[in-house]
Amino acid sequence: MTGSVRFVLGGRVVEVRDADPTTTVLQWLRAHGRPGTKEGCAEGDCGACTVVLGDLTPNGKIRYRAVNACILFLPMIDGKLLLTVEDLASEDGELHPVQKAMVVKHGSQCGFCTPGFAMALFALYHNDRNPDDDAIHDALAGNLCRCTGYRPILDAARAMTAEGNEDRFDRAEAGIVALLESVRREGTVSVSGAGKAFYAPRTVDELAKLAAEHSDATLVAGATDVGLWVTKQGRRLPTLIHLAEVAELHRIEESDGQLEIGRLEVGAAVTYTELLPVLQRRIPELAELVSRIGAAQVRNSGTLGGNVANGSPIGDSMPALLALGASLALNHGGTRREVPLDRFYHGYRKSDLKPGELVERVLIPIPKDGQRFATWKVSKRRDQDISAVCAAFLLTLDEGGKVAELRTGYGGVAAIPARAKALEAALVGQPWTAEAVAAAMPVLDQDFQPITDMRASDRYRALVAKNLLMRFYLHTTGAEAPSLEAAHG
Amino acid sequence: MADGSAPGIKPISGGVHLGIEHESARKHVTGAATYTDDIPELPGTLHVAVRLSDRAHARILGMDLAKAKQAPGVHAVLTFDDVPGDGDIGPILPGDPVLAPDVVEYAGQAVVAVAAETLSQARAAARMVEVFYEDLPAVLTAQEAMEAESFVSPSLTFQRGDAAQAVASAPRRLSGTLEVGGQDHFYLESHIAYAIPKEDGDLLVHSSTQHPAEVQHAVAKVLGRPMHGIAVECRRMGGGFGGKESQPAQIACIAALLANATRRPVKFRMDRDDDMLMTGKRHDFHVRYDVGFDEDGRIQGMEMDLAGRCGMSLDLSNGVVDRAMFHADNAYYLPAARITGHRCKTHTVSNTAFRGFGGPQGVIAVEEVVDEIARSLGKDPLDVRRANLYGGPGRDVTPYGMPVEEPDILAELLDQIERDSDYRNRRTEIDAFNARNTVLKKGLAVTPVKFGISFTVKHLNQAAALVHVYTDGSVQVNHGGTEMGQGIHTKMAQIAAQEFQIDVDRVKVTASATDKVPNAPPTAASAGTDLNGQAVRLAVRTIKGRLADFLAEHCHTTPDKVEFRDNAVFAGNHAMTFPEVAKLAYLNRVSLSSTGHYATPRIWWDREKCEGRPFFYFSCGVAVTEALIDTLTGEYRFPRADVLHDCSGTINPAIDLGQVEGAFVQGLGWVTCEELWWDGQGRLRTHAPSTYKIPTSRTIPEDFRVTLYTARPNREDTVFRSKAIGEPPLMLGISAWLALKDAVAAVGGHKYPVHLDAPATPERVLLAVEDIKARMAAGG
Repeated sequence: MTGSVRFVLGGRVVEVRDADPTTTVLQWLRAHGRPGTKEGCAEGDCGACTVVLGDLTPNGKIRYRAVNACILFLPMIDGKLLLTVEDLASEDGELHPVQKAMVVKHGSQCGFCTPGFAMALFALYHNDRNPDDDAIHDALAGNLCRCTGYRPILDAARAMTAEGNEDRFDRAEAGIVALLESVRREGTVSVSGAGKAFYAPRTVDELAKLAAEHSDATLVAGATDVGLWVTKQGRRLPTLIHLAEVAELHRIEESDGQLEIGRLEVGAAVTYTELLPVLQRRIPELAELVSRIGAAQVRNSGTLGGNVANGSPIGDSMPALLALGASLALNHGGTRREVPLDRFYHGYRKSDLKPGELVERVLIPIPKDGQRFATWKVSKRRDQDISAVCAAFLLTLDEGGKVAELRTGYGGVAAIPARAKALEAALVGQPWTAEAVAAAMPVLDQDFQPITDMRASDRYRALVAKNLLMRFYLHTTGAEAPSLEAAHG
Repeated sequence: MADGSAPGIKPISGGVHLGIEHESARKHVTGAATYTDDIPELPGTLHVAVRLSDRAHARILGMDLAKAKQAPGVHAVLTFDDVPGDGDIGPILPGDPVLAPDVVEYAGQAVVAVAAETLSQARAAARMVEVFYEDLPAVLTAQEAMEAESFVSPSLTFQRGDAAQAVASAPRRLSGTLEVGGQDHFYLESHIAYAIPKEDGDLLVHSSTQHPAEVQHAVAKVLGRPMHGIAVECRRMGGGFGGKESQPAQIACIAALLANATRRPVKFRMDRDDDMLMTGKRHDFHVRYDVGFDEDGRIQGMEMDLAGRCGMSLDLSNGVVDRAMFHADNAYYLPAARITGHRCKTHTVSNTAFRGFGGPQGVIAVEEVVDEIARSLGKDPLDVRRANLYGGPGRDVTPYGMPVEEPDILAELLDQIERDSDYRNRRTEIDAFNARNTVLKKGLAVTPVKFGISFTVKHLNQAAALVHVYTDGSVQVNHGGTEMGQGIHTKMAQIAAQEFQIDVDRVKVTASATDKVPNAPPTAASAGTDLNGQAVRLAVRTIKGRLADFLAEHCHTTPDKVEFRDNAVFAGNHAMTFPEVAKLAYLNRVSLSSTGHYATPRIWWDREKCEGRPFFYFSCGVAVTEALIDTLTGEYRFPRADVLHDCSGTINPAIDLGQVEGAFVQGLGWVTCEELWWDGQGRLRTHAPSTYKIPTSRTIPEDFRVTLYTARPNREDTVFRSKAIGEPPLMLGISAWLALKDAVAAVGGHKYPVHLDAPATPERVLLAVEDIKARMAAGG
C-alpha cells in the first residue's frame, strides 16, 4: 500500500505520500506554508479553520462547499480542489469581492476568525449570488466572531455581489475542471502512514468487503464526530474506511404510490446539505430541523447515516426518524438486512450493528396526507448547538377527530433517542384537544427520567419534553403562532 | 527646496476623526496577518502540553513521570520543583504558582508540563503522567465561601450616610438576591507563547499578551534572571478582552522554563479545552440587596453586598471587586448607601480581568434593584430609571465621593433614545401583543451606563511611546499598547499622521516590544488610546519641536512661524515636503527619534478611606432592547435593539462603532446564552465551543441600530478630546436581560416580581415563567 493523496491546491496538483491518514487538513496546511487558516477549537465548532472544497458535479461544473479543516482527515480530500484564504486574492493582489466587502464594511477586528469568515462567504458567493438574510445566517452560523458583533460581517455578505456577478474562479472554471479531472480516481484509494491505513472504496460491494475484512476499522463519512476522537481524545485509529467516495451511497431514492406510503431512501454518504432540498420538498418540517444540525460546514460533511450509526443520545435526526418510523438498511459483507430504527439502539452508544456491518441506507417514510408531523430542537443557542431536548411527533387522527395513532421520538431525555411509548398509548383514542393533551403531558414522566448536565437540568428537560407536545398541538390547530420562528421569521 | 505648489504638498489622508480601515484589514482577509502561531518555526522547535489537575482541592502525594519522560520525542518533563527562580507569578500578591506545588487548588490547574518534538507527542506524553492525590475539602461557590468566610483579600465597604436607617425609614422597601454568572473570554486565538533562547541565557518571547511587561517580569522571575535579558514581543492578538492581561504570564513562563531547560525554541499553544479549563474568566457574583424608596421609585437608601468568586488566588480580583463596587450606582444617585465587596476564595480557577473588569457585575446588580422597584410599584421601569438618574441639585456625587461633573449627559442620551427607539409607542404595541398572545410574550427595556475611565491603581495610568522619523520621511511608531483587534495601532497611526501632518500610510506602527517601550502598563481599562495616544503625541511633538528649532535657524525665521501642514513643513518663505525636511534635518545632525511619556492628571484614590477621584472622566451610553420569548420552552429572540453611546471626539468612528457593537453583543452573550457550568466536584464542564455558547450571527438583535453620540467633546484634556470606548458599551447588553425579565413579567400581567438570574438561558427564562405561573395559580 503505497498510495498517495492527490488534490488541487494553489493552481496545481499536490501529491502527499506517507502522511499519517489521521493528519487533519488544517495541520497539513499550517505545516506547509499556509498559516492563514487558523485553529480556534479543533472540534469543528468555531469555523476559524474554514476552507472550501471544490468537486466536480455530473454536469462538469464545480461545486464549492465550506468545511472545517480542523476535523477533516487529509486523505478525505483526495481528488478535490482545496481553497484556503491565501487563494482568494489574485496574484497581483486584487482582493476577491468577499474580501473587499469585508474590508469596506470593517468586518474584521482582531482578524483571527476572518480567514474562516472569508471562506464561508466565498462558499456562499458561489452557491447563492443573491442571498437573503436567512441564507446569509445559514452560511455564517458555523463561524464565531468574538469582536465585531457580526453586524459588519452581515453587511459584507449583503454587499459582496455589488460589484458584479463573476469572480476569477468562475472565469477560470474550465482550467480548474481539467485539473480536477486529471486527479480523478477509478478504484479504491488506499494510503498508509504512521502505521495507519485509510481506504476510500468506490462501490458499495468494495466498501462492504473492506468493512467486513477490517471489522475493527472506523467508518467515516464526514468525520464530523470521528475527527474529534483524534483531535480531542488523542485516540489512535489504525484503520479508516471512508464512505463518501461511493457514488451509490450519495443517491436519494424517492418512491411514491407503489407502496402504501411513499418513502425516501437516503444513502449513507448523503450529506445533510445534499439531503436538504429533497426534504424541503417532501418533509419540510424535517428540513427545518436538519437546517439546524451543526452549521453549514458540518452539514456539508456530516451525513444522516453517520448520525444514526454513531448513535449519540443527543443526535438531532433520530427523534424525527423514530417518529416517522424510519428503518435502516444494513450491509455486512454483501448480506443485507433491514432494522426498524426503534429497535436499533440497545444502550448508550450501543447499537444493533455487528462487527464489520455498516449502515447503507436510511429509509424514511413520508407522512401521508392527513398525517401531521413536526419536530423541534431546543438548545441554549439556535444555531450550531446540541439540543437539550429534541422531540418529534407524527399524528394520525380518525374521522371523529380522535387520535388514531401518535408516534413520538425524543432526544436528550434518556441514554438513547427513544419513543415515548406510555405517552403514545395514553393519547390513542383521546380527542385531539388542548385539554386531552394537557392531561396526557404528565405521562411523559413514565417514559423518561432525564438527567442534569451542562446543557440543561432534569427539571427543564422534563418540562420542555411535555411542553413540546403542547407546542405540537398548537401547531396542528394553528390556534396561535406557536413558535418564535413563525412569529418573527 | 520646493515652493507651495511642489509635488508632494497636498492635504493629508487618514488623520484623526476619520473612519479609515483597520491597519491590518487587508492582511486579515488575505490570511497575511501574522499571529504568534504563524511565526515560522525555528529548526528544533519543541511543543508543549500540560497535565491539568482533575481535582478541585487535593494534596499531591506523588507523581509518576517515568512513562512521560521515556515517551517518543519528549525532551523535558517539568514540575514546580524544577523552577530555577521564584515559581510564584501572582501579578499583585503571591498565590499563582506557575505549576502546582504540593497542593492543587482547582480542577484545571497545571501540574506538569511536557516539551516534545511534536504537539501530538507532547499531548500523548502529558496523558501518561500519573498524579496521586489526596482529596481535601473544597469550597466551590461564592455563597459557600461567604458562609465559610473564605476570602483572598479583606472585604471593603463604601459608606455614605446611614444606609440602614435610610432603608428602614423609607416608605417602601425591597430586598433580594441575584446570581450573576461569569464568562469565558473566548478569544478566537487561544493562549500561546513562543520562547526562543538567545546568547547569555537570554530569551525572546513571542507572547499573545495585553501586557508584555508583565510577561517579561514573570519570565525573569521564574528563571531568576534580570529583566534586561528577557524581551517580549507581540504584534497582535487574536482577541484579548482582558483574558490576556495577567494570564499570558503563566503560558509564557512554562514555555520559557522549558526553553531554558532544553536550550531549544519552545512553543506553547494551548488546546482550546485546556485554555478554558486552566485560565481565569469573568468573576461570577452573588448579590444581596436591601433598598428603601419612595412612591415614585426614587431610592432613599441602599445596602448591597457584592460577593465575587475570585477563585483560588487574588490575581487582579481586588481591582475587579472594587470596580463592581464603583459601578453599583451605575447612572443613579444613591443618597445613602452601603456597598460592600467581598473577595471570595474558592477552589476554582482564579478569575481575572474581563472587559468591564467587575463594572458589569455592579451595573447589573443595581439595574436589578431599579427594575424590581419599578415592578413593585407597577411603573414603567424607564420612569423609575429617570427618577433615580444623576442630575439636579445635590444629586451629583457618587457613593465614593467623586463628583459626576457632566450628569446631564445621561438624561440627554435617554431623551434621544426614547425618541429614536419610539419607546412609548412600542410599549403600547407590546402590551397589545402580550394581550393577544399566551405562548409568546414580548418585553422591552432600557439600560443606561456610566463607566469610570482610568485604572483604579494609580500608577498604571501612564504610557510611553517611541517615534522614529527616517530619512525618507517615513515614520515608525511604537507604543506601550497592544493590538487585540480594537484598532489601537490604527488610531496611533492616525494620531501620529495628524500631528506630523503626513499621510497615514507614511506611518507604520510596529509590534509591541519590551525592548522598545519598557515598563508599559497593560492595554486595559479602556484606556489604551487615552494613554498611548497622548504618549505618541508627546513624542511627535518633541521631534516637531526639534525640527521647528532647526528650520527656524535654517530658514531665518522663528520656531513659531514653522508650520506642519499638507505633508510638508512651511518655514518663513520656505516650503519643503516632509521627506525633504527629514533628510535635511538628518544632514544637519538633528535627532529624529524621541520617546514620549504621559501620566493621567487629576486622579487620586485613597483606598483606606474609600474616597477620591479614581476616574479621569465617565463614559456613558444607553440601549433599548426588545425581547420575544416562548413560554413553552424559554427560547427567545431579540427583534430589535437601539444603542446610543457617547463617542464624542472619536479618533476613528468606524473603529469605535465596531467597539460599541462588539461590546454590546458580548454583553448580551454574557447575560443570555453564555453559561459556565461546573459539576459537583468543581470541574468546569463547558470548556469548548460545543458546550459553551457565545453569540452567533443569528443571536444578535434582528434590527440592530447603533449610533455614536458626538455632541460633547471630552471636557478633560484627552487626546483630541476623544473618549474611551472599549468596555463601557458591554454593559448596554444588560438591556437584553432586562427585556427578557420584562417579557417574563408580561406572563403575569406585570403584577409579580421576576427572579431571573444571569445568564438568562432558555432554561432560566422558562423556570422564571413557571415561577410566575405558580404565583398566579396561588393567587398572589
